[in-house]
Amino acid sequence: MTRIALTVNGSLCEADVEPRQLLAYFLRDQLGLKGTNVGCDTTSCGACTVLLDGESVKSCTVFAVQADGCEVTTVEGLAQGDELHPVQQAFHEQHALQCGYCTPGFVLATISLLKENPNPSEVEIRDALEGNLCRCTGYHNIVQAVQAAARAGA
Amino acid sequence: MIPAAFEYARAASVDEAVALLGRDEDAKLLAGGHSLIPAMRLRFSRPSLLVDIGRLDDLRFVRENGDRIAIGALTRHAELVRDPVLKQHCALIGEAAALIGDPQVRHRGTIGGSVAHGDPASDLGTILLTLDAELVARGPRGERTIPAAEFFTGPFDTALEHQEMLTEIRVPKAVGTYLKYVRRAHDWATVGVAAARVDGRVQVGLTSMGPTPLRARSVEDALAGGASPADAAAHAADDAMPPADASASSEYRAHLAQVLVRRALEQL
Repeated sequence: MTRIALTVNGSLCEADVEPRQLLAYFLRDQLGLKGTNVGCDTTSCGACTVLLDGESVKSCTVFAVQADGCEVTTVEGLAQGDELHPVQQAFHEQHALQCGYCTPGFVLATISLLKENPNPSEVEIRDALEGNLCRCTGYHNIVQAVQAAARAGA
Repeated sequence: MIPAAFEYARAASVDEAVALLGRDEDAKLLAGGHSLIPAMRLRFSRPSLLVDIGRLDDLRFVRENGDRIAIGALTRHAELVRDPVLKQHCALIGEAAALIGDPQVRHRGTIGGSVAHGDPASDLGTILLTLDAELVARGPRGERTIPAAEFFTGPFDTALEHQEMLTEIRVPKAVGTYLKYVRRAHDWATVGVAAARVDGRVQVGLTSMGPTPLRARSVEDALAGGASPADAAAHAADDAMPPADASASSEYRAHLAQVLVRRALEQL
């Protein structure tokens, strides 16, 4: 076991992990943060996307030991009390979800995109979300939500 | 989809990483992990010890050095995409890096890790071969420089010895382009083509057209002999051994290579 200390959604957390423990399963099984969904488990679908030091990563392809000393943000860390994060609010208002399984990953990928490119074109949005799959194929409303979030200055 | 158990050690320096590799013949380096971790999850790779070099931030750089550019081995794909020195002096590297995986992958994957993995479908490997890059490796007996033409020795195999670590990549300033054909978003290249003008000569490289990144020497020779881009491109697959898989047959890859080489040459 290896001792790690990292900040998850603003709270410092220390834990003993097996080196082969993947960040997605660490978040879900050891911290109980089940908002990070595991879809394909092969670095493809993006459902497990979280922010690692502010950048989107697929947490099924990062060992928890690699996040030692880092800041992790999951979907549970976005809302301030009852107030949704502007990207969450935009997804809600634009009905950018159907079954919702891919939604936490899309929301976090969008936050990372808007940090790098606050005013993306539709083509740039579609390119930047290529690492996230929606099996309900609800991409149209997702793109509209990202545009709405950008307009709201998220 | 859980990797086999392994020991983990985080290196604080290149020398420490090299020493740690010497502890165990089944040890492997972990950089961004975006080739290695998927392979470990499928148990294609079962290292007994992972030496994490992901925190060696002094190997994350792009520097202009006379008529060449030095790139630290741990520079991430996303950093290659936005680097101003590369944009000005060797734009095809950033343009190719922007086609690797997806944003999440580019936030983690590194140029050194990608190249050391030796995947014949690696876009950056083809670019380095096309540019006649030099790869700097450190091992227990010190540092050596490996020409790209000698680096890629087979599928998932390179000239790096077990205890050697890639530290830096040097490329010439060059004008060039990289075209990549994929069947779906964030896929590996069905075929990729690099074309660049290096010291006044046009050099052409191919991705996914053989067991390693390849140079299209017949195309280069035809161009040097005065052939038009279209005539030279007809030789695109002459030196290749295009594989057949679920994405494409050999014949289709050979055809794609001809089309993409012609387009790349016309863009130069």
